[in-house]
Amino acid sequence: MPTLTLQRLTKTYGSLRALSEVSLTVAPGERVALLGHNGAGKSTLMKIILGLIPYDTGSLQVTGAAPGSAEARRNVAYLPENAAFHPALTGLEQMRHYLALRGESAALAMGLLDRVGLGPAARRRIGTYSKGMRQRVGLAQTLIGKPRLLVLDEPTSGLDPVSRRDFYELLDGLAADGASILLSSHALTEVEARTDRILILSGGVLVAEGALADLRRTAALPVAFHITPRAGAAASVAAALPEARVHTGNLTLTCAQEDKLRLLSRIMALGDQIADVDMVPPSLEDIYSHFSKRAGQ
Amino acid sequence: MNRILATSQTEFRIALRNRWVAISIAMMGLFSLVLSAAGSSATGTIGADRLSVVVASLTSLAVYLVPLVALLMSFDAIAGEVERGTLPLLLTYPVSRPQILIGKLLAHLAILTLAVAVGYGIAALAALALDRGAVAGLPALWRLMWSSVVLGATFLGVGYAASAVARRPSGAAGLAIGLWLGVIVLYDLGLLAAIVADKGGVFAAKVFPLALLANPADAFRLYNLAASQATSAAAGVAGAASTIPVWASLSSILAWPVLALVLATASFRKVTP
Ligand SMILES: Nc1ncnc2c1ncn2[C@@H]1O[C@H](COP(=O)(O)OP(=O)(O)OP(=O)(O)O)[C@@H](O)[C@H]1O
Ligand SMILES: [Mg+2]
Repeated sequence: MPTLTLQRLTKTYGSLRALSEVSLTVAPGERVALLGHNGAGKSTLMKIILGLIPYDTGSLQVTGAAPGSAEARRNVAYLPENAAFHPALTGLEQMRHYLALRGESAALAMGLLDRVGLGPAARRRIGTYSKGMRQRVGLAQTLIGKPRLLVLDEPTSGLDPVSRRDFYELLDGLAADGASILLSSHALTEVEARTDRILILSGGVLVAEGALADLRRTAALPVAFHITPRAGAAASVAAALPEARVHTGNLTLTCAQEDKLRLLSRIMALGDQIADVDMVPPSLEDIYSHFSKRAGQ
Repeated sequence: MNRILATSQTEFRIALRNRWVAISIAMMGLFSLVLSAAGSSATGTIGADRLSVVVASLTSLAVYLVPLVALLMSFDAIAGEVERGTLPLLLTYPVSRPQILIGKLLAHLAILTLAVAVGYGIAALAALALDRGAVAGLPALWRLMWSSVVLGATFLGVGYAASAVARRPSGAAGLAIGLWLGVIVLYDLGLLAAIVADKGGVFAAKVFPLALLANPADAFRLYNLAASQATSAAAGVAGAASTIPVWASLSSILAWPVLALVLATASFRKVTP
């Protein structure tokens, strides 16, 4: 049974269509990234999943229950876009409070804060925390209990590079234990390596969905080759590959996905005239803007 | 139940850090002290014991001060969470909106009880020190104490409702002050004006008692004065107190906190984070 199912979900704010007919499912243990431009509807979609705001038409089940129901709230953890806490409380007190609200022992608070690297600051007031530290309090509270679904709105914003890596390792562990993860992000490179599936929202419409390899195939963006000729062989290599662009002695070629092996064998045929060759597949940025553009962005 | 207690514990801690505990205790203590100092000169002539006289003047003080303290403590309860951005996350936890409100209410009530106990305690100790016979006034003091807490609960609930309706702390503060002025000050002035304008006496006989009972602060005053021996020592609605049965004012002061909490819950439910 999927952890999360959305069918033709539509949400409007007055005349603005924040989400149009969005359908998706998330399976247990799956890590799904939600991408999209500012105002695409990512946060709106998440708040609807959490039952915080109502939707207009369509249907959704969260861990088999209605969004926002007591059952769903027990099973879902949330990290809001700008995680905020009462400045007068210490990290430890805030954590104890959240543990109590989930019916867990307050004694677990320190361990959770340690897991996100906040142990040394646990007894300081949150009002004195940096942005990244507040974000970590937000992350720590999502680890309470054993949530079946984690909804994380831009979880790595404000985190330094090392913390980001630690964060994704944490996620891998949770997913391995069977938790589903839906996260939004603008940092494409980290999403690329760390999630199983990508959803691209554009103007409230789900314009692409699938594993990165699938998206790459559907987008059918050209593959680039960077060729470095051996000293003195530049002219003959350029003559053999007339479609290449020459730049500071190196050659750049692009070709469609299905032609890449043919082109590669033409390059290999040049033998030791070639010093080095790099094949560059389209980046997630390229794929992302391809789908976003097609939707009229 | 644990969720409610956890909420009140955290709220109490926040109030302690925000100095609200200290401020409310200081306010109640200071005013009671001033009152008992002022009251100590005029006594002995009425025939009532000293404590009963103090209770009568504390009653007229409490009518103004307890609702004010309660509104000041409560106006930020929901609007503040909205403004800080802490509400969306809180509402994704397995805790219901009524549970959140009751948790906050318990914490704020505890603070109010503390403030009332300290304030009235000071006045009572002063009266007992000066007059052995003052022990006769202890039941009246006890009645004033718990009814003050009940009155506070009403205005805490009203404050939460204002907080949910306004959704911004500044708007909620304005609304709270407006409510205090309207319910505590202007309401009585309006009634007074109506009595003066009323020629046939129908208003005074039929509407006036009901109007008094409908207002939680007036009902509180009625209840304490009607039950007190020192009715004559207090001014204002004291005359009316004799015509309205105690059970009526008691029902009013007990019904209001429930009504206020229902009102607060209804307005809180309308808040989408
Ligand atoms: N309460 C609201 N009232 C009216 N319009 C709203 C409201 N909340 C969001 N919107 C609109 O809905 C659209 C989607 O907003 P949303 O916050 O979901 O975007 P997002 O994808 O999360 O963007 P970002 O990457 O900037 O966080 C935007 O056009 C926004 O202006
Ligand atoms: Mg957003």
